[in-house]
Amino acid sequence: MVTIRFFAVLKKLLDRDSMHIQLTGPATLKTLLDRIESEIPSIRSVIKEGRTLIAVNQEIAQDETVVSDGDEVAFLPPFAGGQH
Amino acid sequence: MVPKETGSILEWIRIQEEDFSVEEETNRIKERSKRIGGIVTFLGTARDFSKGKDINRIDFEYYPGMAEKKLNEIRERALQDYDVIEVSILHRVGRIETGENIVLILVAAEHRKDAFRACEWCIDELKRITPIWKREETTQGEVWVVEHP
Repeated sequence: MVTIRFFAVLKKLLDRDSMHIQLTGPATLKTLLDRIESEIPSIRSVIKEGRTLIAVNQEIAQDETVVSDGDEVAFLPPFAGGQH
Repeated sequence: MVPKETGSILEWIRIQEEDFSVEEETNRIKERSKRIGGIVTFLGTARDFSKGKDINRIDFEYYPGMAEKKLNEIRERALQDYDVIEVSILHRVGRIETGENIVLILVAAEHRKDAFRACEWCIDELKRITPIWKREETTQGEVWVVEHP
């Protein structure tokens, strides 16, 4: 099971602070996003419009980053200092 | 040269709800080495006015684990890239009233020039890469702050 966490303004926008996704095997972050999208249809537009970063196990990840069972994926809106 | 590896992460990186004493933290870093000739301090505090709105209070949220990891990366890079002896970074989270302390960065060095440069770099980098979010409660509602110079 992969734990998904949402922080700050995303918690309010999505009305939740976490969710869980069961994976049958390792998947790319892109595939995981497809799965999340089936539960939260607005997730991709929220990410794009909110300039959201995604971390896998506390490291900033890309679309092709591989996610496995037991990993933690976090959606991080822009930090308090802003993205320069 | 003073060995820079001495000291644990927790000794020089802290994220906490409670307030801190600038004097106590300064004395602590001063005891780190007799070679220290100057300490540059950045103290961030909670202002009561931002972008045309009065602020009643601020709440800071953070990503536990990743935030400490990023602060430690900043400390290690500052120790590596600047001629400084020690770097201490302390950030408060949770509810903070206007006028209170938010963040403290102390940089101790033999000479002031690198201490000033490292301290400025540390606060810029902290704001850029550390997963800490600020929500201001203003007279016109709540605002998640996303950009500050």
